[in-house]
Formats: sequence, structure tokens, C-alpha cells
Amino acid sequence: MLLNQFLLLGAVLFCIGVYGVLVRRNGVMVLMSIELILNAVNINLVAFGTHLQQATGQAFALFVIPIAAAEVAVGLAIVLMIYRNRRSIDVDSLDEMKG
Amino acid sequence: MTNVWIIPAIMAGSFLAILAVGKRLPEMGRAAIGIAAVAVCFVLSCIVAFGWVERVNDHSDGREVVACGNEQFQEPLYVGLEMSPELEAETEASLEESLEEQSLEGAAPLSVGENAASAPATSPAAFAADYDDGPTPPIVCSLTWFESGMGADGNAISFEIGTYVDGLSVMMLFTVTLISLLVHVFSTAYLHGDRRHTHYFAFLSLFTAAMLFYVLSSNTLQMLVGWELVGVCSFGLIGHWWEERKNSDAALKAFMTNRVGDMGLLIGIILLFFAAGSTSFSVLHLNEYALSGEANTTLLLIGSLCLFAGVTSKSGQFPLHTWLPDAMAGPTPVSALIHAATMVVAGVYLIARLYPVFWSGLEIGGSQIHYVALIGGLTTLVGASLAFVQTDLKKVLAYSTISQLGFMVMALGVGAWTAGVFHLFTHAFFKAALFLGAGSVSHACHHTFDMREMGGLRKKMPITHGTFLICTFALAGIVPFAGFWSKDEILAGAAAGQGAGAYHLMLGMGLITAFLTAAYMGRAYWMTFWGEYRGHAHPHESPKVMTVPLIILSVFATFAGIINFPFYWFNGVGIGAHWFEDMVQPTFLFPPELVVADFNYWIAGLSVLLAVGGIALSFSYYQYDLGKGLRGLTQRNAVAGAGYRLLENKYYLDAIYDGLGEAMRGGIARGSYWVNQNIIDKIVDGAGVGAREVGKVTYRYVDQGVVDTIVNSTGTASNESGDAFRKVQTGKVQHYGALLFGSAVLLGIVFVIVQAIVNS
Repeated sequence: MLLNQFLLLGAVLFCIGVYGVLVRRNGVMVLMSIELILNAVNINLVAFGTHLQQATGQAFALFVIPIAAAEVAVGLAIVLMIYRNRRSIDVDSLDEMKG
Repeated sequence: MTNVWIIPAIMAGSFLAILAVGKRLPEMGRAAIGIAAVAVCFVLSCIVAFGWVERVNDHSDGREVVACGNEQFQEPLYVGLEMSPELEAETEASLEESLEEQSLEGAAPLSVGENAASAPATSPAAFAADYDDGPTPPIVCSLTWFESGMGADGNAISFEIGTYVDGLSVMMLFTVTLISLLVHVFSTAYLHGDRRHTHYFAFLSLFTAAMLFYVLSSNTLQMLVGWELVGVCSFGLIGHWWEERKNSDAALKAFMTNRVGDMGLLIGIILLFFAAGSTSFSVLHLNEYALSGEANTTLLLIGSLCLFAGVTSKSGQFPLHTWLPDAMAGPTPVSALIHAATMVVAGVYLIARLYPVFWSGLEIGGSQIHYVALIGGLTTLVGASLAFVQTDLKKVLAYSTISQLGFMVMALGVGAWTAGVFHLFTHAFFKAALFLGAGSVSHACHHTFDMREMGGLRKKMPITHGTFLICTFALAGIVPFAGFWSKDEILAGAAAGQGAGAYHLMLGMGLITAFLTAAYMGRAYWMTFWGEYRGHAHPHESPKVMTVPLIILSVFATFAGIINFPFYWFNGVGIGAHWFEDMVQPTFLFPPELVVADFNYWIAGLSVLLAVGGIALSFSYYQYDLGKGLRGLTQRNAVAGAGYRLLENKYYLDAIYDGLGEAMRGGIARGSYWVNQNIIDKIVDGAGVGAREVGKVTYRYVDQGVVDTIVNSTGTASNESGDAFRKVQTGKVQHYGALLFGSAVLLGIVFVIVQAIVNS
């Protein structure tokens, strides 16, 4: 059915997102990967919402979108500050919190 | 009365206004916004109070149903005593609407009031209680916030937001707005030229809004929101001068200690929700269930103990009181508002609000000596004894607050509801005045609170001195000041409590505390205002904006007692005997056999005698140097010295908490060591420098003898595993992320396997 294809798309997007978050060194790319994860979730929500004939899924997706936007705004601000402080946004170099 | 939501809304608006434009205004402008908002709130609260008094006095049959919002949606859900537990699901609330409300709520919980402004006209789930033969039902308005899940009755559980007006909340409205108003005025001078003036006033507004929101809550979830907001504001204001490490530590400690109790509160709320049939969080519903006679008392007992954990942290009860004295790091007007008059009584208010739950759960009417009364009694004693060794004027007052809060909880514990709430009311005035007085003194003495650098201030600061003296008398419980009447009622209540004298233990604790209170207040008063001045500043009387609030508060501290006067002396001015009790004590859905003790001359006489004796004793010790032999006793006598050190170290509670944390770390480390040995063997590569550090810390605690045995046995284990774990903690976010995802995947696989096994 159509649902399967949507879920598959969601799963692929999610995996790409997770891969990006874990492997990418560029802070901006990490943020973009997080966006991918969130949108994968959105696709799942809308797909299930349509499948079950309920508006809740879409409503949730509508919630996720502004929250994701806020998250990116904050994330980019952090990246910007990091760049100003150390002239680099390599997340690997941010290991001051190690024990 | 149905529109009381306006009051917190105004304060919330003031908070936003100060935040938005405060930076661009001059200092007075910001303060003016806050003061104007509180003043309006105060006037509105007075109007509500008058409305409530009229409602109570209106004995005509069939008091009209008070409904809020649109009449046609009105559903009188609570009629008579055989109320149906199920709440009719609110169908009108469309999805968009509830979502919109939810987003507003999530973004800024304070916009609730403004949100409600538009909502009642469209979809109120209005209901009101109509109960015409005697009891005065509270006025409850609520609207559905959102609906979710399915309750036991098959309907969706509606999460509501609303207001609950009865004598108790009206009393709190009046007290909070009045004290907040005076504190706002006082702060204009005290924080003149402060570096974060805007934030201070914004937080003050937010705090007032949160507290008002809390006392007007119609259900426990809403109470939790208010409770947490109050906690956040407290955190912000304690750490107001966060540049100093000590202050930000104090703020963190207050926050963390409160978290411990809040966990209990949350569990308690959820537990009670399920206990009462998982249909509604409303206060009325819970109270009705607790009194229905079919309640599961075990569940209620656990639930009320969990709630009491919250009370313990917020109201500074015995094991968790340690944050309150540290919280004195905040500006003094904040201490007056938050840590004396309003926030810390949130816990007491919680017990009073859900009293039927506590009543049934703990069998207060029975003969058992139970946890709440015992902790209350213990707290009064601990607080009072610790107040003796403090040299910081504010800390004396802080411990005194702990002690008085213990008094209130004890009163509620022995069943003397009115006495406890009345003490809350009077205590708010004189403790606020004492704190503001301390602020005025420190304002004059170069911002020090050390009593050793004060003395002889009574000539230099006559108004501060006079008000401080009055409030000291009120706190010590000397006739005819307000504290006497409320404290005496508590003692009489403990004496008259049910259960054939089981509560006489509490009476004894109360009497000892009365003596101790008078003595330490006498000490603080003498050290501040008598003798020779020992500091280096040039003390002078504070400006009018500081002294006028003091005078107003001490007028209240003097006369507030007559509103619950045990005799009929003031009928002429419209205040009969036990007027406060008639107005405030709920008559609707409330335990019937509350302890209402008659005025007891013996106990009253004894407590006054003890109080006078206490003051006289400490006064003669300092002023006339009586008991010279006692001087230096703590140095000469081993027992006395040990006692002093015990008090000075606050019964070693802080040390025990630190040790507990250490021990827990040890225990976890041991567990992980086992995991390491068996699963990721190779990472463990012997002890390094970091391990030795851990060992050193451990050794220190062993040396102090706090967690002797536990740490000894786990010492070596934590050494090695600490080092092993150090390597896992790379500080790289992506490694953490990988671990997180990896374990999530692992859990997912386990879940799938378990599901497969279960299904096959």
C-alpha cells in the first residue's frame, strides 16, 4: 500500500539524518541532519494520520514544524557564537566537557 | 467572583510589560508598572474578599448558582452530595481551539489569563455548585484546555484550567497581593541603582502572578504549574546577584532541593488521579472522593505522603529545610516576599486545599500520631534551636520561618485546620515586616547582616526599631499581638485534638518552641538594637518608602489577631467571635469533625508566660550580664561545646546529604564496575591519577565518619571504574549521540524480540 512507501521514505530519511548527526563534523551539517530526522518523523505522522483518517497526525506535524524552526534558530546562533570564539565549527574540537 | 482570573493575568501582563519596555524606562518607570499592577490586584482582591464575605453571610435559601461564561453551556455538575464522578466531556472544544490554547500554554504559561479572556465567551465548561442548606460552596469556573486519552468512564479525560474561589483562596489572594504591594514599594528604595533592576521587578511580577495562579487553581495539574513557576522565580531571585559564587550556589541548592520534593508531588498527583477513578484532576473531585467513604485508604495514604514530600521541600519541613536559610542570599525584599510570607506557605496551602485527602489518608481524626503532625512538630523544634547559633540577622529569621512553618503543618496535622491557616495569615504580616526591618537595618549598615556589627540602633532608627519590636512580640506570641492569637489556637487545638491525648506530644513541642522563639528573637533584637554600635558605618533611618511598608505591616501584625478573636468583644465593629473561621473554613466537601478548640486560659497563660520568660531571659543575659558564669560555657564544657557544634553544623544535615551523594556515586560505580568486568573488560586498565582523586575525596568522608562503612567497601571499586568511565566521557557530542542511538536501537531490538515472544 501507499502507507508502506511513505514509511519507507521516512525510515530512509531518518537513517540519513542519524548518519549525518553522528558522522558530520561541520556544525551546520549536523543541524541540517537533525532537520532531516524531524521531517522523517513528520512524514510518518502525516502518513499515519491519513491512513487512520484522523487529523491528530497532521496537527502534531504542524507542531513539529515551528518547534524545528525554533531549534534551528537557537542552533545556528550557537554555531555562530562558536565560530566567533574559535574560528571553526568543527564539532570534534568541542570536547572541553570530557572527564 | 467568576472573573478572578483577571488578577493573575494583570500580574502576568505586568511581567511582560516590564520585560518588553523596562530597559527603556527610567528606574521609577519600571517600578511604577509593577506597583500599579499589584495595587490594582490588591483592590480587586479586596473586592473579591468582600464578595465572598457577602456570599457567606447570605443565609437565604437557594443561593443562586454562580456560573461563569455563557449560560447555555452551564452544567451544574456538583449538586448535593451524591455527585456523579464523571465529568461530561466537553464536546464543543474543537481541535484547533484546544491546540491554540495548548501552544499558548506551552510558550508562556502566564498567558493563561489572557487566553481565558477570549475563551469563556466561546466554550466554557462552566459549572457551579448549588447547595442551599448551610454550607457555602466554592465558586469554580473552568474551561477545557485539551482532551486526551480515555478515562475509566469511557469519556476522554479533559484537562481543565480554571479558578477556584473559596475562603481559603480569598484569604491567600488578600495576603499575597498586600505583601507583594508593600514589597514592591520597599524595593524601589532597597534596589535603587541595582545592576539588574529590570529583571528584578519583572521577576517580582512573575512571582506574584505565579503565586496568584497557584492559589486560584481549580485542579491539581494547574497547581503543579503554579508551584513550579513559583520555584523558578525563587531560583531567579535568590541568584539575583549571581556574580558571587555563594549566591548562585544558594539558588541552585534551593532549586535542587525543591526538585526532590516536586518529584513526590508529581507522583502524588498522578497517584491521586488514578485513585479517584482516573477521570479528573479537579480539587473538588479529589476531595469528594476522599470523603466518600469508599476511598482506598492505602492509596490515599501513599498519595498524601507523596504530596507531603512536595510540602516538605517547598515549605522547608524537617529533612529538606536546608535550602531556606541559604536562600537568604537573595535581596532582602525577596526574602520577605518569597521566603517568609508567600512562596513557602505554598506547601501549607497544598495541605489545606486538599485537606480531605490528607484527612482520610492519614486518619487525622483517628488516634494515631502520624507523619505530618510529627514532622511539623520536629520542624518547629529544629528550626527554633538552630536560630540560636546564627549571627546573621536574616538567617535567624529564616530559621524562625522554618519553625513557624512547622507550627502550621503541625496544626494541620492535628486537625486544627483553621488554626493552621490563621497562623499562616498572621505570620505573613509579622514575618514580612521582620524581614523588611532587617533589610532596612542592613540598608543603614552598609549591607551587612552580621549582628555582631550592629547594636545600639534603636536611637538611630526609631521607626525600624519600633516596628521590629512589635513584630518580635507578635512572633513570640505575646498578648495582644496577632501571633499570640494564632499560636494559641494551634496549641489549644493540639491539646483538644482527637484521639484521647495522642497529640499532647505536639502540644509539648509547641510549648517548648514558644519559649525558644521568644528567646532567640530576644537575642536577635538585643544584638541589633541595644548595646553599643559595633560596626563602622554611620547608620541612619531609612527613607519613607521603606518605613511606611514597615508601619503598615506592623499595624497588621498588631491587629490581625482580632479577626479570629475567641470572644464577642468586637461585635460592635462587625467582627464576631471566630469571624475568620466562619469566613475561611470550608463548609462544603470538608471533613466534619475538625478540631476547633475553645480558648484555653491555661495554655494561653502558659505560652505567654513562656514567651515573656524567653525574652526576659535572653534580654537579661545580654543587657544586665546575668548568668556571667554561662559565658564561654561552650569552650569550657565538652557537652555544651558538642551541642553548640551540632547546632552550628545544622545537625550535620548538609554533610549527610553530601555524603549521600557520594555514597550513591559509589554504589553506581560498583554496579558499573561489574558491568565493565563482564562486558567491556578491556577498557578497565588499572587505576590512574583521576582514580586517586576519587580515592582522596572518599577518604575525606571516611575520615569524617559520615558514610564510613558504605564508602569503605566501595572504595576500590569506584577507583577503577571511575577511571574506566573517564574514557567514555570524551566530551564529544557525537560520541554521546552514537551511544544514545546505539542504546535506543538495542532497546528497540529487545522490545521487538519480547513482543515476538509474547505474541507467539
